Parts: sequence; structure tokens; C-alpha cells
Amino acid sequence: MKSIEYIGLEEINGPLVVLDGVSGAGYEETVEIVSPGGKRRIGQIIQIIGERIVVQLYEDSTGLSLENTRTRLTGHSMQIPLTPDLLGRVLSGTGNPIDGMGAIYPEKMGDVNGSAMNPICREYPRNFIQTGISSIDVLSTLIIGQKLPIFSGSGMPHNRLAAQIVRRASLSGADDTPFAIVFAAMGVKNDEALFFRKSFEESGASSRVVMFMNLSDDPVAERIITPRAALTAAEYLAFEKEMHILVILTDMTAYAEAVREISSTKGEIPSRKGFPGYLYSDLASIYERAGIVKGKKGSITQIPILTMPNDDITHPIPDLTGYITEGQIVLDRSISSRGIYPPVSVLPSLSRLMKDGIGEGYTREDHPQIANQIFASYAKVGEVRSLASVIGEDELGEADKLYMSFGERFEKEFLAQRRDESRSIEESLDLGWKLLSMLDVSELDRIDKKMLDKYLPKKG
Amino acid sequence: MIVVTKGYIYSVNGPVIRVRGSRDFLMQEMVLIGEEKLLGQVIGIDRADTIVEVYESTAGLRLNEAVVATGAPLSLELGPGIVGNIFDGIERPLTKMALESGDFISRGLKVSAIDEQKKWDVSVLVQKGDVVHGGMIFAECPETSSVIHKSMLPPDVSGEVVFAAHSGQYTVTEPLLTVRTERGEVEITLAQKWAVRAPRPVKKRLEPTMPLITGQRIIDTMFPIAKGGTAAVPGGFGTGKTMTQHQIAKFSDADVIVYIGCGERGNEMTQVLEEFSDLIDPKSGRSLLERTVLIANTSNMPVAAREASIYTGVTIAEYYRDMGYHVAIMADSTSRWAEALREISGRLEEMPADEGFPAYLSSRLSQFYERASMAQTLSGQLGSVTIIGAVSPQGGDFSEPVTQNTRRFVRTFWALDRSLAYARHYPAIDWLTSYSDYIDDLTLWYDETAGKEFMECRNRFMVLLEEESKLMDIVKLIGSDILPDSQKIVLEICRVIRVGFLQQNAYHAADTYVPLEKQLRMMQLILYLYDKAKTLTDMGIPMSVLRESDVFDKIINVKYDVENNRLDKFEEYKKAVDEFYNKIHSEQA
Repeated sequence: MKSIEYIGLEEINGPLVVLDGVSGAGYEETVEIVSPGGKRRIGQIIQIIGERIVVQLYEDSTGLSLENTRTRLTGHSMQIPLTPDLLGRVLSGTGNPIDGMGAIYPEKMGDVNGSAMNPICREYPRNFIQTGISSIDVLSTLIIGQKLPIFSGSGMPHNRLAAQIVRRASLSGADDTPFAIVFAAMGVKNDEALFFRKSFEESGASSRVVMFMNLSDDPVAERIITPRAALTAAEYLAFEKEMHILVILTDMTAYAEAVREISSTKGEIPSRKGFPGYLYSDLASIYERAGIVKGKKGSITQIPILTMPNDDITHPIPDLTGYITEGQIVLDRSISSRGIYPPVSVLPSLSRLMKDGIGEGYTREDHPQIANQIFASYAKVGEVRSLASVIGEDELGEADKLYMSFGERFEKEFLAQRRDESRSIEESLDLGWKLLSMLDVSELDRIDKKMLDKYLPKKG
Repeated sequence: MIVVTKGYIYSVNGPVIRVRGSRDFLMQEMVLIGEEKLLGQVIGIDRADTIVEVYESTAGLRLNEAVVATGAPLSLELGPGIVGNIFDGIERPLTKMALESGDFISRGLKVSAIDEQKKWDVSVLVQKGDVVHGGMIFAECPETSSVIHKSMLPPDVSGEVVFAAHSGQYTVTEPLLTVRTERGEVEITLAQKWAVRAPRPVKKRLEPTMPLITGQRIIDTMFPIAKGGTAAVPGGFGTGKTMTQHQIAKFSDADVIVYIGCGERGNEMTQVLEEFSDLIDPKSGRSLLERTVLIANTSNMPVAAREASIYTGVTIAEYYRDMGYHVAIMADSTSRWAEALREISGRLEEMPADEGFPAYLSSRLSQFYERASMAQTLSGQLGSVTIIGAVSPQGGDFSEPVTQNTRRFVRTFWALDRSLAYARHYPAIDWLTSYSDYIDDLTLWYDETAGKEFMECRNRFMVLLEEESKLMDIVKLIGSDILPDSQKIVLEICRVIRVGFLQQNAYHAADTYVPLEKQLRMMQLILYLYDKAKTLTDMGIPMSVLRESDVFDKIINVKYDVENNRLDKFEEYKKAVDEFYNKIHSEQA
């Protein structure tokens, strides 16, 4: 089909441009807009009203004018090049190489929007990934094919934690399926991007990483495409090239803010905190692209990172994310400021899939019960601490005092670990038992007698 | 000659398109859009345009593409083959879609809801010459090993049978009856069509007087729901809404379960499929999937179909109710459905009410929950539809519009509490803020079936838990050591109630499902312990002495240690309580 070029625009409003007199445009079709200066930009049709079309640019609109701007319909939706050679490359947020290593010769092109996976073709994720971090392995276990975000805040070590998980996960190849990483940066600082690049290099993983970079000074509109481009590459590598793919998406807060910015430019009715009503569906269209397909060896495991504005977990971004993802790892500023790394906030952290991926045959038979007990006991520590802050620690009863010291040691010995320290699941579980043995046996009401007899270290 | 109403696309905005070129479209009419014949429905007609919501992705639709009317509203195919199957929001079977489009769902798939090739073993129950009326059951066939499918005449067909097929093997398209009605002769097959948004008629609505027994202690004992009743399960993320729904779907004593995954995770539907096919229904001894209908419209599937999925589910439920079954619907989550309404309303540029939700949110919610009913069906049978809707309040804040509006239309409220969930106390149903408005309606049933003591024990539990909550306010300020022993014993027994009774472990074979009798025996035992211990503290014996005994922890473990088929063991525990009492009593005397 020969493509027609349209000359001139009707309206330019931030990343949105309006054209009139266009026929044959398809909804969500990609268009190319060339400014009078010859710069080529990519955009997508987001509304058709008769012969008027509204185009959302993925790049900024600097230098566009109403006259002499040429627009071409491409006849297809947004696509990125796919090939196994993507591994080791660095691409822009829209999938163009920016590492100076030349063009990409695609095996095929992939629609960035993907399609919904048929629920009956999904395989329920069951295999655990050992991250070497006690608080994650024991309390919110990561499963292959899971989407488990890190809820953090500015200034907390979420990047370091993510890098540590990647490093460790890439080592623990459970089977002979190759492992690779797809990294999508959305609105992150240059320094953070450098940190990840360096950390991939140090762990020798660079050749198995595809990086999609939309940094904080890159166009906001491109941010909308970045995670989708990354997941398209991930789906290709996982389900066509049969690899285990770990996808790191950072920072989802910047992504959601970009969605809000574009929505308000479009004049849409806002719901909470100015975010559009479809933010849930929009986020779901990203997060749901994790999982395992029946009969395929590959998998997509997602670790989205988001910084909670004002550390508020009820903010729409973490809130809607938590409703879609299969749990969350929450970082806590007060633990972090006490110098404990990784500062995982135990109680709100959760892995929804762990129940089917731990215990006998997966990790160890005592795992479900001990995890349950640690949650219950640590919740009690919180109660005792708030009581202590009212009546003073000295006034606490004996049992309560034990909880205070349990809490203290639990944080120092179980949560905290060195940045290069990697504990096996057995080590982590044994550590949990050692700490629980501080408490009176009658307080361990989530563990049955058989397990207590077998695993609880004897006092003395 | 039939004139087909035909228009063309004028504008596209997300799932909403505007159509021009014809003024003959009907409200709620189903239309086929574009070359791929995407499914859509007319949701508004104004001076210039017909407004259509599209149940599939609108990507690639072009100006001036044809929009063709079908003459009928969005309808479901109702017939054998629904139970045990999994559908999307507009009743397309996902298994067949997978055959056509592979692991990922593509657009414009035309698959019929029920298998048209399969032959069913049909017994025809009427003969030539019989006078039949709408809703009457005229044929039966075994649909799954758990469910007998009873084919009914459409509600508007009454008259004399002029032809009746013999019993035998038939597909859903072969005519079984011809009925002479006032409008002429009507051919009847095993299947019928029904408009998805229209409630199916019943002869008479009845008062709900039977509970839906779920085997979950906090529900059956503390906050029961009636068959034909409504309940909401609100809770922030991670508080266990889905788990609660799964447990009820697995163990409740309904005949048919309709599970609607509305805007939720794909993996959850996979889990339901896997688990339910492995699990055995405690009542029939068959796989749970044989009594379950799954509707899966996951969060990344089109938003308009998500809006329809709730109605699809409830219409299917009503259809099985009309056969005389007790049907329970799990809708997970109604908030996602409300968000779909909001999204479409936003695209229509309607004036928003609270938090961007349309002003008609509350009337839509009430229309949905009002389709729950205990009823005498048109064929004279007793059937019910029970609706249990999960609500996902934004930020876990129950004052948001969906929770608040839902509260007005449901009579049971199982509020999930984040701090209970953080301590992994599941089900995290908060006993202080939850309620069941059915207690009065159901008391008679409990008195007759479970014994008068059941409600008495339950009420004593409630009083104790209320008292505990008051005491905890004090404890939070001054610690528990200062309380008198008469209050310490309340705290201790409430610990037993919370950990040993209210908390229930879905992953423990003995605890995941508990029959009413064991629930009663557990309550009796705990209260027996309380009475004995209280006698001791009243005598001035300090709690510290009582705590030396392990009897409290022993009673907590009753939930694991006494299997459902070994209720005789309760006698031993009663003896243990007596020993505990006698020992301390004699030592102190």
C-alpha cells in the first residue's frame, strides 16, 4: 500500500498534535511526523473524530510548526525490531539502538502492545528463585514467572537490592534454560542508569542484558512506550527463544506520572490525585505480561520498582500496583535509616505465589509454618514496641521484654546482611529458627508440634 | 425483505466509537464493527451519532468502516456445556479461542459459546398434546457428573406441544419440541438465548431462611450469609479477598458456582482451573470443576467486556437457579467492574460524581446485587442465586464510593483488615466491623439444624470479643500486667478464640473446611474452658497459675488435632479441661 503524506498540522499541544482532512487512518496506528527541519518523530493516533485525528508523539514537539510539517501513516501499530542479537544492546525507549554499535537487523517486528495471554494457556508459577536474601527467600519468596514489585522511596537502596537479586538470580540456573535480563529505565536519573550498567558489567551479565533507556531528561511521551517495548522483547525471548527472562522496570512512578501528564493534556476527567480512571487497566497491561506459557520452556519474571511518593503506600501508584502484582516487597525508611540493609519492611511485604512454591519438595517442609510464625511474632513486636513507647520499656512484662529483644535481634541478624552476602535457603530458615527460639515455646502458636520438635533449637 | 441497519464509523476513542449513517440502531443492540466484525453494543443514541462500546480492542479501526446491526441485544447462549467451562466476559469459551488463536488472544474470533457438535443424552419429559408453559422443564440431560441440565421453555413460550422428539442423543441445535403458541408455532431446542442485562423471571421471590454453609468458621458462625443473599468482601491488596472467595467457591454447599474473575490476574484464573480440577467436592465426591463455571476477563483484556462479564455471570447463575439449583456467584472484583464503568463514562464525557465514577454507579450496583434471590422458579422449584462480591477499595479506604455504595445493597459485610493480614491472621475478616444482617432470618434454621446452643455460643463469643476490644484499648495505654485477673482471663480466652477458632488455615487438610458440628463443638469447648477458668480466677487464683498449664494452647490446636471425622475426640479435651480445673482447684484449696 502506498502511503499518503499529509502536509501541515491543525494544532500542537505539548506532545499532542491534531491533523485534519485525514482519511484511512487506523486507531492506534503509528505515524511518522517530519518537522520542517527534517527531524523524524514517531507518534500514535489516539483519537479519530471524523477526518480529524489526534496524534500523541513519543518525542517532544520542539521545532514542529503548523505549516510544512509532513505526516505519514505507517499502516501498522508501534513496532520494535526483534532478534536474539538484542542481547547486549542498549536501545532508546522506543527501541532504537543508542549504543553506537550499529543498526539492528530484525528477525521480525513485534507490536509493542502485545495481546492478552489466554488464561487457560498460562502455567501456574511454582518454582522458587533463590535470591540469597533472607527476608525475601523466607518471607516473600520470589517465584519464576511472578511479578513482584519493590515498593521503595527516594533515597532508599532499591536499585542496589534489584541489582543484587539480578546477580544472584542469574547464577542460580535451575535448569539448562538460558537466562537473560531485560532492563527498562523510565525517567530514571543518569546516575542510576550508570549504576545498573556497571552492576551488570561487574556480574558479567552485560552480554545477556537488553537495556531500554528513557532517562529523566528524555521525552515524557516516550516513557509510555518504554515498558511495552521492553516487554515485547521479553516475550519474544521468553516464548519464542525459550529463555528465562527477568524484567526490571524502573521507575514505575515516573511511568504513571507520564500517563497522568498525557491524560491531562488530553483533557480527560481525572480520578484520584489527577491520575486517569484507566490507570489500573493501563498498569495491568504492563504487569500482566509476566508469566509462563504452557508447553514453553521460557518465562517472564517481572521486578518493577516504584518509588512511593511521600512513602505513602496508599498513593494510587503503589495501591493499584499492589492490586495487580502478585505481592510486593516494601522497603522501610526507618529501618533503612538505622543502617539495616536490605531495609525490607516485613509485615506489608508479601508474595502471593509463595504458598505454592515453598515447603516440601520446593524449599523445605518447615518453610510455610516458620514464615507464618515470623510474621505473627514480628507483628507482636510492633504491638509491644508501641506499648513500650507509652509506658516505657522497663514497665513491660517479661514476655513482652522477650519480644523487644527478639525484634531487635531479628532486624540485626535476619533482615540485615552484607551487600555481597548470599544466604542459602537452608541457612536463612535455620537463622529464623535460632531467633524464634528466643521466645517462649507457647508463643509459637503457628507451628505444629512435629515441626517444633524437629527444628526448634533446644534452649541452653 | 429484511433491511439490515448499517452505519459507518465516525470517531474512535478507546473502547467507544461513534457511528453515523443510520438512525435505526436500537438501544442495547449488538453490532458488528469493521472488517474483523468486532462485537459491540449500542449504549447511547444522540441527534447525530449512535454511540457503541466495543468488547474487543479497537486498534486499527478506521473512519468509515461499516457497522452492522444484528437486531438483538447482547445475548448469551444458555444450554448444556456451560458448567465446567471457562469463558471470557462475553461468553466466548477460552479453550476454543486458544485453538483458534494460540496462547495469546487475538481479535474478532467467532466461536459459539456452547459446543454445537456434541450430542447430549437427552430425556424428553413432555409428550405431544401436553400443554406447557414458560419456564417449564421439558428435557433433562447429564451435563457433568455433578449437574443434571434441565432444559426449560423460554419464559414467553406457552401452548400445546404439537411435536415432541423421543429421548435420545441430540445436539443443542436440533429441535426437540414444537409448541403452538398464540404467536404461532415455536421450535424449541436444548439451548435458549437470553439478553445478558435482563433479569430472568421467577414465579415468586422468597425470604432467605437457609444459610450458605461455607465450612469457614468466621463466616458460618459469626457472620453467615443466606442462600439467595448478598455479601461484600472489601479489603486492601494482600488482605485475602481472593483467598476468601476461593475457599467459599471450593467448600460452600451450593450446587453450582459461578466464578467471575473480573479485571483480576490471569494467574489466579489458572490457579482456579488447576486447583478446582484436582479438588473433590465434599458433597458429590466429584471434581469441583464439574460444578463450576468460570468467567475470566483478566485485567489486560478489553475493558468493555469486563463491564459485561458481571452480567454474563449473573445471567448464567439465574439460568441454573431456574432449574432448581442453589447457585453462588463469586465476583472478583466488583471494583474493577466499577472502574470499567468509569472508564467508559469518561470516554463519553459524562459528568462525573465522586472520584470520577459516574452518577449511576449506585443504581448499577443495586441492579446487580438485586439479582440475588431465593425464589420459587417458573417450574415451581426452589432455587437461589447468592452473590458474593469482592471490593478493592483504593488505598484500603472503605469510605471510597464503590465500598460505600456496595454497603447499601448487601446484607453481609466481611471487612478484611490490613493489620490482621500483616500478622497473617487469615481469614483477615475483622470481627468488630463486619456484620451479617441475616442472623435473625437464619436463627430458626440454626436452632433446628445445629441446635439451639449454636446461636447462644455465637452470641457469647461476640460479647467476649467486644469486651476484649475494650480491654485492648486500655492495654495499649498501660500494658496488660495491671489488669485484674477477671479481665486477664477474658484476654486469654479471646486469644484462644482468635487463634483457635477465628483463624483458619486454608492449607491445612483438617482445617480448610470445617462442618457445622465441629464448629459448635469447638465453641462449646472454648466456652467450657472459659467457665472453668473463670471460676478459678473468681476464687482469687491468679492468672499466672492458670497460664502454667498448657491447656489453652491445647485447645487452640484442636482445629488441627481433631479431624472432621473424629469429633469423638472432643470428650478427651473436655476431660483435659476438667483435669486442669481439678488440679488447680485442689492445689489452691
